[in-house]
Amino acid sequence: MTDDMAIDPPLGLLAELTHRCPLSCPYCSNPENLDRRSGELDTGTWKRVFTEAAALGVMQVHLSGGEPTARPDIVGITAHCRDVGLYTNLITSGINVAGAKLDALADAGLDHVQISFQGDISDRADHVSGMQGSHARKLELAAQVTGLGLPLTVNAVIHRGNADRVREMVQFAVDLGARRIEIAHVQYYGWALRNRDALMPTAEQVRSSTAAVEQARADFAGRIVIDAVVPDYYARRPKPCVGGWGRRSLNVTPAGKVLPCHAAETIPHLTFPNVRDQSLSDIWHHSHAFNAYRGTDWMAEPCRSCDRREVDFGGCRCQALAMTGDAAATDPACQLSAFHARMIELAETAVAEVEASPLDTEYDYRRFL
Amino acid sequence: MIGDGTIPALPRGVRLREDQARGGFTLMAPERVLKLDPIANEVLKRVDGTATIAMIVDDLARTFAADRTQIDSDVKSMLQGLADKRLLDLTADD
Ligand code: SF4
Ligand code: SF4
Repeated sequence: MTDDMAIDPPLGLLAELTHRCPLSCPYCSNPENLDRRSGELDTGTWKRVFTEAAALGVMQVHLSGGEPTARPDIVGITAHCRDVGLYTNLITSGINVAGAKLDALADAGLDHVQISFQGDISDRADHVSGMQGSHARKLELAAQVTGLGLPLTVNAVIHRGNADRVREMVQFAVDLGARRIEIAHVQYYGWALRNRDALMPTAEQVRSSTAAVEQARADFAGRIVIDAVVPDYYARRPKPCVGGWGRRSLNVTPAGKVLPCHAAETIPHLTFPNVRDQSLSDIWHHSHAFNAYRGTDWMAEPCRSCDRREVDFGGCRCQALAMTGDAAATDPACQLSAFHARMIELAETAVAEVEASPLDTEYDYRRFL
Repeated sequence: MIGDGTIPALPRGVRLREDQARGGFTLMAPERVLKLDPIANEVLKRVDGTATIAMIVDDLARTFAADRTQIDSDVKSMLQGLADKRLLDLTADD
């Protein structure tokens, strides 16, 4: 598969502009070995990456982190993205953004703001984020976003400490004036894997939270869009991770590595190319890392002969590796995987004990190691 | 609900863009890239925040010399669908 024409261009690019973040969420999707400031790409290189991305066919860019606004050049980067035609989406912790910075970002052409909320009750939320007062600051930013008429998405990461409040979270998002809410159960790699036993919801919580999403969809139809990610550990079929490896999106780390998904670095035998050395187009079309699990040729049974192989692409490679030791195996979230029972068992043993209060849960907070 | 006097408008953060890499036009919105068929594109090109539904339908019927009743119901159902997904604002003309 080296023919450029046979490979569709990517639609989205997730730019982890920095791993620095004022919060320390125990489920942070950043890798355990965070990139340090000294290793971050400079402004000029990021701008080149976005120019190349637009030329390659990327339509939307997700300015993420860490906390993307921790970079002093965030406004210039946003303006550049707009100049080259990209739809710009800011994914923020909501800390240190309200006020003049958001105004400047909006003037630069920012299209959409996503604020991560750790819950709808401030003391519980602050316990998860690891920062007193963080919830209140997010609320302040949310009000400014909707006041400017910018679309707001509430990102709600669901875990044992808040899985019983899905309905309330949707109501909370509606009250904030959000147009969209993402209800995403924790995905267990990186920091979340370290904290799996503290984060894993019970089977009953998963059932009731899934039902709560369905009910909220009906009750709030036309008022808010609810995008929900079902928890893998209790699923029957896997999700098409990132829409298929090397098929729709790519991810650039603070230090310039290009990944098919943000957890791809957990696969030790792959080497990921860097934007400092190669063009994005070259990496997308020709790198070994992007071609390794592209399409369906790499699959073994049961995926190889399954009629869903072009639907879910065998699920998540990182999860397959973490659970089975083989990155090319069927995602254990699939009932057809020989490791599916083991995955369920893991989920069930993780939640042998449930805390009396979510405030009692002890987390191994995300930090620079 | 959508009526002849309703004025549709694309809210901030929702915009039309040509897709040079794949061809055609798309509607870009929060976490969505909707590929537009040529008809949807013709409708949305006329959504400027001042034209009413009736004006948009009249213009389409004139431009494409097509049956106004059919266009009227197609346009209303398409725009209502977008509004339900929070991709379009609908305001009454008063
Ligand atoms: S998950 Fe929390 S710690 Fe990680 S980048 Fe987002 S806000 Fe920061
Ligand atoms: S066997 Fe593979 S392709 Fe089939 S549903 Fe399971 S993960 Fe998907």
